[in-house]
Order: sequence, then structure tokens, then C-alpha cells
Amino acid sequence: MDKIVVNKLDLFYGDQQALNNIGIAMKERSVTALIGPSGCGKSTFLRTLNRMQDLIPSVKIMGQVKIDGQDIYAAGTDVVLLRKKVGMVFQNPNPFPKSVFENVAYGPRIHGETDKKKLSEIVETSLKDAALWNEVKDRLHESALGLSGGQQQRLCIARLLAVGPEILLMDEPTSALDPISTMKIEELISELKDKYTIIIVTHNMHQASRVSDRTAFFLSGDLIEEDVTSVLFTRPAKKKTEDYISGRFG
Amino acid sequence: MPQRKSWVYYNDRLSRYLFISSAVLVSLIILCIIWFVGMQGLSTFREVSIIEFFTSSKWSPDSGKFGALTFIAGSIGTTLIAILLGGPLGLAGAVFLAEIAPPWVRAFMRPATDLFAGIPSVVYGYVGITVIVGLTGKLTNSPTGYGMLAAGIVLAIMILPTVISLSEDALRSLPRTYKEASLALGATRWQTIRRVLVPAASPGILTAIILAMARAIGETMAVQMVIGNSPRFPDSLGSPTSTLTSNIVMEMGNTPFGSTWNNGLFMMAFILLIIALIMIILVRTASRKGAAR
Repeated sequence: MDKIVVNKLDLFYGDQQALNNIGIAMKERSVTALIGPSGCGKSTFLRTLNRMQDLIPSVKIMGQVKIDGQDIYAAGTDVVLLRKKVGMVFQNPNPFPKSVFENVAYGPRIHGETDKKKLSEIVETSLKDAALWNEVKDRLHESALGLSGGQQQRLCIARLLAVGPEILLMDEPTSALDPISTMKIEELISELKDKYTIIIVTHNMHQASRVSDRTAFFLSGDLIEEDVTSVLFTRPAKKKTEDYISGRFG
Repeated sequence: MPQRKSWVYYNDRLSRYLFISSAVLVSLIILCIIWFVGMQGLSTFREVSIIEFFTSSKWSPDSGKFGALTFIAGSIGTTLIAILLGGPLGLAGAVFLAEIAPPWVRAFMRPATDLFAGIPSVVYGYVGITVIVGLTGKLTNSPTGYGMLAAGIVLAIMILPTVISLSEDALRSLPRTYKEASLALGATRWQTIRRVLVPAASPGILTAIILAMARAIGETMAVQMVIGNSPRFPDSLGSPTSTLTSNIVMEMGNTPFGSTWNNGLFMMAFILLIIALIMIILVRTASRKGAAR
């Protein structure tokens, strides 16, 4: 079943068009990778899916983004509920300057959970789901900024899982990490896709082919091609895609 | 290689000594002030007991009574009122400027705030006399309105620019990612401000509050104009009293140098100096705590 359906999406920064008539559908419980050279609009596109792009002044968005059949740009959309459902992991790990526990408990707290026992249960399950529990269970009340980069990124994933999202948006989640941390995050992604719909922006084509079911190739604000990952990487339909994946530019 | 050293070498040496001597001179001046005020002040206790000075509120130099409690209480009281009124208001202003105001409002308000800080304190005092004293008279049911509340309100207005601009800087210097992370988790703007941004900026905000207190406790002119200048213990918010600074400025001219009275005033100045030093140490601890995180 299609979780996300995007229709004729245009996005402008002031006068400059950054996304051009994008149309794409994403299935529930699958991983979609967005690839393309820098500045092609893949991150911009990702951030339209939880309306984080709205935060930038002078952005204009037209078209339709439907999640579970509801247009998230329709008037009266509750952005808070939307972002609870569509969570995001950023390029650089960005834990709050609080303890590990408080980082994960932040989401449930702002959504009204006050019961201490329940909070610590949520924190524990989320950290376990993010494959971080064993490393931090003895230092839950120390500052999260003392963790390594890879641990911080998994903490951010745990913090996200704690609010109970359905869709996870990942904006180059491993580009600031070392190879071993990258591997751990990739393993995590393949575990998480049993429960969540995941969309990941990546610079790394090997990563796209390792973790994703489908891949979409963006270039200069256009969606050039979208297909099953193995097909897109071996028998691309478009010339531009072939040039990019064979390393002729980008 | 030429054997003789070039002029660049001597120039470097010379400027080095120039800077060192300037630094030494500045430190020397500061130390001399502390030394002079301290010595002069402490010699009060040759004729007045320490206990009397700090615990008695009877200040009548003509009959040999030197109890400075009134002034200490006046200074601390007015400063506390100023912080309680000005601190939250200033923080709210800083949050508004840093997070809520549209760019054009900020472009107008930020320079206005800085201008505020540059207004001479006698102007604040004058506004205090004409506007605030009447108001505090009604509020406290006192015949004149001169007193701690009036001084506290004037000081609260005076410290606003300090609180606003330093707190705003602290909020602005936070990484954008804190805000993004919070909003992406479905937090509202208000939740983000209250639970993430303000706590994360708290060392900077604390610094702002402490510096504002230092300014408030040391302010002389504006306080002197609205406090009433009576050496009476402040038993109500609306009764005329005095602070350390206002009393020094009122009496310093009348006292012969070296007299107990004069020394007593120096001791009050020394108390202010010590308070300022403590504040500076607190600011340093607060900013170190911020850097350590």
C-alpha cells in the first residue's frame, strides 16, 4: 500500500525553482533512497515530507503531498501531529545538551507523557530499537554530548522512535560518521524497515544499493527516474541516470 | 645572514614592552583602587565595631552612630526588585527578538535596545521622578512615592538592555540544529523555546542576569533621584530610604577626609567593590560551566 504519494510538487526559494513537478509514490514498510549530486533537491524534497521546509522564509510550495491519503499541505493540517508521525534524522547528529535519558524522553514528554515509569519504559525500548541500549544503559544520566558521533546519531534515532513515528526521514544520516558507525546505522535501517517506512537521502550509491528497496535519482530539481534499486543500478532507463551511477559526473 | 639585528627585531621588542607595561599599569591602577578603598574603609573599625556597622540601622554620624544596615538593605532590596521585574521581562524580550520577531522588527528593536543602554542614568532618574514616583505613591499608599519600589522600577528599566542583548546573544549562538531537532519531533515553538532553547542558553542568560545585578547595585544617579535619601531602614516599599551608592554620593562632600564618618563611607564603597568582585567570579563560573558542556 502506498504510504506517501507526491503529485506535481513544485518548490521555490524566492524566485528560484528548486523542485520541479515531482511525482512519486512510496510503499509502506519499505526503504526508498534518494540519490543525486549536491544541490539536486533531494534534501529539499525530503524536508517537504514533514514540512520542515516551511521554517525557511520565502519558500513557496505547490502541489500535493499525501500521507495516508491526506494532503499535508491542505489548510488546517496539524503540523505538530504530522511531525510526530513523520520523524527526521539529520545529517549531523544533533542531540540536545541534556542527559541521554532526557534526550529520549523529550519527545514523549512534549506529547504529554508524565508517568515516570512509562517514560523509562519508552526510553529503554527506544534505545534497544536503536541498538544503543547496551552501550549507554550505565550512563543514562550523563550528558549525551559525551557520546561518540555514531552513538549520538543512534541516540537521535532512539529519540525519534520514542515519539512513535510511522515514517522515518533520514538526511544523509551517515555522512558525518566513520565506517563502523555507518555500518551499524545501515544494519539498524534494515531492522527498522519491518516497522517503519524509511526514506533516506544519501551521497553514497553503495549505501543506497545496500539499504534500499527502491531508489529515486534527482538532478537539478527534477526527479529523473525511480525504480527498484537493483534495476536502477543495473539497467537504468534514462541516459542521465546511467551517466551518474557510472560516475561520469556528480 | 647579516650579523646585525634588523629594525624589525627592535620594533618587535619595543612593542612587546609597550604592551606589557600598559597591562601592568592597568592592573596596578585597579589594585591601587582596591587597596586604597579597602584600607580607608577598614580603618572605620578602629572606632566602630564591625557588628555595629553591619547590624545596626542607626546612622547618625553627629552622635557617633555608624550602623550601615539601612544602606546595605536598601541596595540589596532595590537590586532584587529590579531583577525580579526586569529579569523575566528582559528574558521574554530576548526570546521574542531571537525566536519570534520577524526580521524587520528585529532590525529595528536591536539597535533601539542598544540605544537604551547608552541613555545617561540621570535621564532615567528624571523619568523616574516625573512618572514612576507618582505611580509608586499610589501603589504603596505613601505620601511621596519615593523609596525602594520606585528605585527598583527605574533600575528594572535600566537593566533591560543588558538582559535583553546578552540573553539574545546567548539564544542566537545556539546551534540551529537544537531547534530543528525539537520541531522535527513534533514540538511546538513554545515547547522548543521553554524546554530546549532557554535551558541550553542558561549559562549565557545567567551571565546576563548577574551583569544586570552588578549594574543595578552600582547605579547611583538614577537611584539617588528616586529613593528619597533618608537614612531610615526601609520598612515598607514606599518609604524614603537610602542605598550604599546614594548615601555615598549624598554625604561624601560633607565629610573631612580621614574622619570616621568619611571612613565609614569608604567602607560602604568597599562593600560595593567586594560585591562587584563576587559577581565577576560568578559570571566566570557561569560561562565556564557553559563552555564545559
